[in-house]
Amino acid sequence: MADENWKPKIIAIICNWCSYAGADLAGGARIQYPPDIRAIRVMCTGRIDPLFILKAFQDGADGVLVSGCHFGDCHYLEGNFKAAKRMFLLKSVLKNIGLDDKRLRMTFVSASEGAKWGMVMEDVIKTINELGPSPLKEFAR
Amino acid sequence: MAEVKKNEEPRIGVFVCHCGTNIAGSIDVKAVMEYARTLPNVAIADDYQYMCSTPGQNKIAEAIAEQKLTGVVVAACSPRLHEPTFRNATKAGGLNPFRFEMANIREQNSWVHMHQPEEATAKAKDAVRIAVAKASLLEDLVPKSVPVEKAAMVVGGGVGGMQAALDLANAGIKTYLVEKSPTIGGRMSQLDKTFPTLDCSQCILTPKMVDVYRNEGIELLTYTEVEQVEGYIGNFDVTLRKKARGVITPAEAEARGIVGGGCTGCGDCVDVCPVIKPNPFELGMAPRKAIYIYHPQVSPLIYTVDFDACVKCGLCVEACGEKKAVDLEMKDELMTVKVGTVVLATGYDIFPIEKKFEWGYKNYDNVITSLEFERLICASGPTGGHLVRPSDGETPKKIAFVLCAGSRDSTGVGKPYCSRFCCMYSLKHAHQIIEKIPGAIPYIFYMDIRSFGKMYEEFYYRIQNEGAKFIRGRVANILEDPVTKNLHVNAEDTLLGRPIDMEVDMVVLAAAIQPTAETEKTRRLFGVSCSQDGWLLEAHPKLNPCGTTTAGVYLAGVCQGPKDIPDTVAQAEGAASAASIPIHRGEVELEPYFAQCMEEKCAGCGLCVNQCPYGALSLVEKDGRTVMQVTEAKCKGCGTCGGFCPGGAIWMQHFATPQIVAQIDAFLLGGEQ
Repeated sequence: MADENWKPKIIAIICNWCSYAGADLAGGARIQYPPDIRAIRVMCTGRIDPLFILKAFQDGADGVLVSGCHFGDCHYLEGNFKAAKRMFLLKSVLKNIGLDDKRLRMTFVSASEGAKWGMVMEDVIKTINELGPSPLKEFAR
Repeated sequence: MAEVKKNEEPRIGVFVCHCGTNIAGSIDVKAVMEYARTLPNVAIADDYQYMCSTPGQNKIAEAIAEQKLTGVVVAACSPRLHEPTFRNATKAGGLNPFRFEMANIREQNSWVHMHQPEEATAKAKDAVRIAVAKASLLEDLVPKSVPVEKAAMVVGGGVGGMQAALDLANAGIKTYLVEKSPTIGGRMSQLDKTFPTLDCSQCILTPKMVDVYRNEGIELLTYTEVEQVEGYIGNFDVTLRKKARGVITPAEAEARGIVGGGCTGCGDCVDVCPVIKPNPFELGMAPRKAIYIYHPQVSPLIYTVDFDACVKCGLCVEACGEKKAVDLEMKDELMTVKVGTVVLATGYDIFPIEKKFEWGYKNYDNVITSLEFERLICASGPTGGHLVRPSDGETPKKIAFVLCAGSRDSTGVGKPYCSRFCCMYSLKHAHQIIEKIPGAIPYIFYMDIRSFGKMYEEFYYRIQNEGAKFIRGRVANILEDPVTKNLHVNAEDTLLGRPIDMEVDMVVLAAAIQPTAETEKTRRLFGVSCSQDGWLLEAHPKLNPCGTTTAGVYLAGVCQGPKDIPDTVAQAEGAASAASIPIHRGEVELEPYFAQCMEEKCAGCGLCVNQCPYGALSLVEKDGRTVMQVTEAKCKGCGTCGGFCPGGAIWMQHFATPQIVAQIDAFLLGGEQ
């Protein structure tokens, strides 16, 4: 790794009803996880335009996490399903532009899965740490 | 309300909360506040011990007036907790409440990074920067008021559902009580006595059943299931499947023009029916015919044909005669009702305890569950209240009770939770044996006795004094003597520290409980979340135990988590009260997160129309070209259309593309590189 002080910059775009609530539950239960992820709340993962994620990578993000409800649990019936389809497509786009598609991750964490949220945080940060800084970082701004 | 002009220079006020030491314990709040002052568009930044307190809220209102703020950011707990509080404070200061944005630096920061103060402080600074970026672009929004249908629905006709329906109806609200089985009464009607008062369960339940049946405000829909749910708080359209019952009520007979017809509950049809099936109400320990009622006190007293078993011989039709109540050609019917709010009270099932094979349930005749014990000891049960061994009909003298059977089980086979009423009913069972069978001794194998309710601990002492034997230890396995059909209970007495091999006549397993098989389907129809063990998830475990995250849907009884009858009734009354509030107010405000079409950008391709799960979008002709139009009343604000529009022509109010991109940019480009 080029810079020993490098800390990953990871953005999480998460849905209000499941994953955001699950993250809140992790807090209530004082589940400790590494602090490298910043979350943005949307009402549903269906809101997430793939361009948001490309914008984040363009801005130099080392990783992007999209997290919503489990299939069948979506507060808006099927927004998470549509989001998942978009993320699949987007992963192939990322590959085509030379980014490792592991930098984009979609998970499903319900409002009662505080512990799982902690595990997702650990795992995503570990993955990005292994991948190192985004090659797009130097072009950011 | 102060008008904020479009294209104004944003002036944001940032307020950082200490939350005592909840936040300040791991985040340098002063540093975050100082940092906020350096951010673009920030007019004022301040910190306070408790922002949610009255002085804290006043700070916001004062700053709005003094600094002519266009937006407010509070860095504190989760917006799921205090967003309404601070929106009100923003409104009190004269600003549109939707010009408020919250930075979560407690649940998703200070509480999860307790030992990393530096990193937590840096994360809090980022969170504030992200929130300021969004607040700078927020706009005035007006919540939409919609009228509330003056009717409610209760799903589940057990004691909780009945109580909720009675309360709603008595508050003047038309209530539909939907029950999947042919009668209301639920689990409680299967019980013999209730602890700790030893009231006869049926005696205290049947008056309520009669009340429900007679109440003019309640439309009782038994043998009916929820098929489909559409709409939102105030305006749910619920499609119900009235299963073919094969028997018509007097009212239905009148509608068919049969004078004096319909089922009177005489039972003449049962006498002639040739088909015999196990009675599920008696847990298969007694027979019933293909045309049946569960028990004599059913409500409504209308017979039901089990079409899976019926051979359509027509003898019942003949026996019914002039009343013409039996209709063997009946088909399921669908009906749709409109209600404003819904209470779910779907109850529980018994955990299939045969999965704990070491106890031999279903292999050994004399190992029964507690619910089977209830039926055997009940005077209206299959044995007329005489407790007998299923193997030989003899009266058992030595009876072992295995508590926490499948509950508090970390092996992965059973349930991790406490089922909460097994200790108490097992104590009651012990009392009933001592009372009914001279010389009988109950042996209770327990982990802890949880007698937490009013007069419960006193009941425990009473049973100890009556002569029940208590052995602290989990039962390892049970073996059957193949000749006598007696059972050997192997356990460890952990108080005396020695193994036990006890020969008993009968074993009663206090089996765990689990959500009903239909709960999963029902909760998905109503959009209610569940916890990991399948119980329905309340909106807040402490402060909103009756509500759910779906506005207008409330929970009552065991479907939300194990609880005994008093707690079920109490929660049902709470749920009924909560469900009546929107109805009595007459209208509810919906958060104005609607999609809007930016017509100048819309190409009229219509891709968004198929994305909307609610059919809220349509294409219309306007000024000679095709554009998308949003029906606000149908839009729930998920933003799925906005995430898909190839032209970026959909403006998702409060989650608009420029607002979200500003957040992304603020995090990745705005901080110290």
